[in-house]
Amino acid sequence: MPGQKFGPAWFPGLIAIGLAICGALLVRAGLREHAPLFAMPQWMQRQRPRRAVATVLAGLVAYILLADALGFHITGVLILAVWMRALGASWRLTVAVSILSTLVIHLAFYKVLRVPLPWGVLERWAF
Amino acid sequence: MGVLAQAFALVFDPYVLWVILASAAFGLFVGAVPGLTATMATALLVPVTFFMPPVPAIASIVTATAMAIFAGDIPSCLLRMPGTPASAAYTDEAYALTKKGQGELALGAGLVFSVIGGLFGTAVLIAAAPALAEVALKFSSFEYFWLVVLGLFSAVFLAHANPLKGIVSLLFGLLVSAIGLDNPAGFPRFTFGNAELAGGFTLIPIMIGMFAVSEIIRNIGSIDEPWEMAQTKIGNVFRGMWTLTKRYPVQTLRGSVLGTAIGALPGAGADIAAWMSYAMSKRFSKEPEKFGTGHIEGIIEAGASNNSALAGAWIPALVFGIPGDSITAIVIGVLYIKGLNPGPTIFMNNAPQIYAIFLVFILANLLMLPLGVAAIKGAKQMLRAPREVLMPVILLFCVVGSFAINNSIFGVVLMLAFGLVAYVMEENGFPVAPAILGMVLGAMLEENFISSMIKADGRIFAFFERPIAGSLGILTLTVASVPLLRRLYRAAR
Repeated sequence: MPGQKFGPAWFPGLIAIGLAICGALLVRAGLREHAPLFAMPQWMQRQRPRRAVATVLAGLVAYILLADALGFHITGVLILAVWMRALGASWRLTVAVSILSTLVIHLAFYKVLRVPLPWGVLERWAF
Repeated sequence: MGVLAQAFALVFDPYVLWVILASAAFGLFVGAVPGLTATMATALLVPVTFFMPPVPAIASIVTATAMAIFAGDIPSCLLRMPGTPASAAYTDEAYALTKKGQGELALGAGLVFSVIGGLFGTAVLIAAAPALAEVALKFSSFEYFWLVVLGLFSAVFLAHANPLKGIVSLLFGLLVSAIGLDNPAGFPRFTFGNAELAGGFTLIPIMIGMFAVSEIIRNIGSIDEPWEMAQTKIGNVFRGMWTLTKRYPVQTLRGSVLGTAIGALPGAGADIAAWMSYAMSKRFSKEPEKFGTGHIEGIIEAGASNNSALAGAWIPALVFGIPGDSITAIVIGVLYIKGLNPGPTIFMNNAPQIYAIFLVFILANLLMLPLGVAAIKGAKQMLRAPREVLMPVILLFCVVGSFAINNSIFGVVLMLAFGLVAYVMEENGFPVAPAILGMVLGAMLEENFISSMIKADGRIFAFFERPIAGSLGILTLTVASVPLLRRLYRAAR
């Protein structure tokens, strides 16, 4: 910024210098210890946790993509059901809990706290 | 009407009392279930408190966190798993006691000395915060600059084993805080022409991501490891407590004092307080050889310590707007939203609300006695809550909570992204607390730095010319040299 000695670039500039120095030091420390370039956490070698974590992350991405179109209620019930099945809950428990919790969140957030959760395709039947 | 009378009226209101009771139950549950932490409880409460008046909003966080830190001791005794990281220091000790058939004693000591520590920390908070505010009224941008730097440095250099990784985490947090228009020049940075980015990142979805989502990912990664509960009979948990109080008064006091101090130190909270107190207890004990074999002494000292740290963390948070731990890092955001802007003037402008918060601290710690007993009795039921149900429901709650702050799906994107970042960071030994501190304090740091530099016309020495600023500056540089001194000390031996 002209006429200003200490403009908006100062602060990010200092951060960048700091990060560069620390990065170099970390690389040096890593090379000294002959640390592997990449290491997997232990659970990734076991099938059940690996599938569970993947499902959880995929569910979150699906919510971000679908919530506006499908609406909170359908998306909520669906991803809860998928998550619970992936973690090993029984079908009966899955159906009951996913519908009930979505309903409770609807009551708490939509009704009491007035958060405009999207209705999506259910717009016509909004309550 | 006097300020105190107003404060009483604010707290002893049926709605507020109901909120306190509900948050207490919530806090006890979250604390007792391994993998759900006190910080996570706070992050989850924020979207709900968003819509409450200031006093109940803050009261719910104060109560829930106090309860959670105590309840973290319960699974230590029963499962050999800490309920919150603050209990990790003495989990093995507590479990060893249970194995010796003294689970009742360990649980009772966890409860009673949590209450004592919590009340001690509260007393210090009530006495110290207003006094400190008197001094802070005279502070200029130079003093604030040093205070912020001191806070950031102590988070990095005192609290963590690897300062280099701490610095990287801190710089990452500062970088995130630099995004958007909200800087002294009002100039858009790192926005790529995107309107969401121009507004800067909202911290609450980020915190839900970093404290809740990352924890859930970690938990699910161990979903195939079953929890095994130790069999133990629990009768009257208060039996033998009076004897312990008379036998270990010094330990109780030392734990409470150290805990409050660590809490008040930015960047270090209840978990580090417990580790340090446990180590100190062992060091000064007359029978250090008994530590680790089921000896109650360390549990008393560290149990008092972690609860006193909670209240200690509020001292810098209220007086300077500098969080003392990751819980108050979230709380500061809530204070701003509620119009209770932290800073030395808060004790004049919002005196009734502040005294109401102090009252809630006392009330929450006293309530811990009866509710704690109930939680211990109901522990087996709570720990039987199936994780395959709990984790998905909490996750959906996180999603809705992140959405609710700005009514925007961008909040959910932030939550997911930062949840993953925090998970990867912690798996690789990068502490998350400095990043959070950087995000919360970044704007304050830049603002005070730039305005000091403009006032001083670029002369670095101006930062040391005012007496308090100079002392703070030297203290800060001393803290920064701690790792170096440590290395020299080791080399000299």
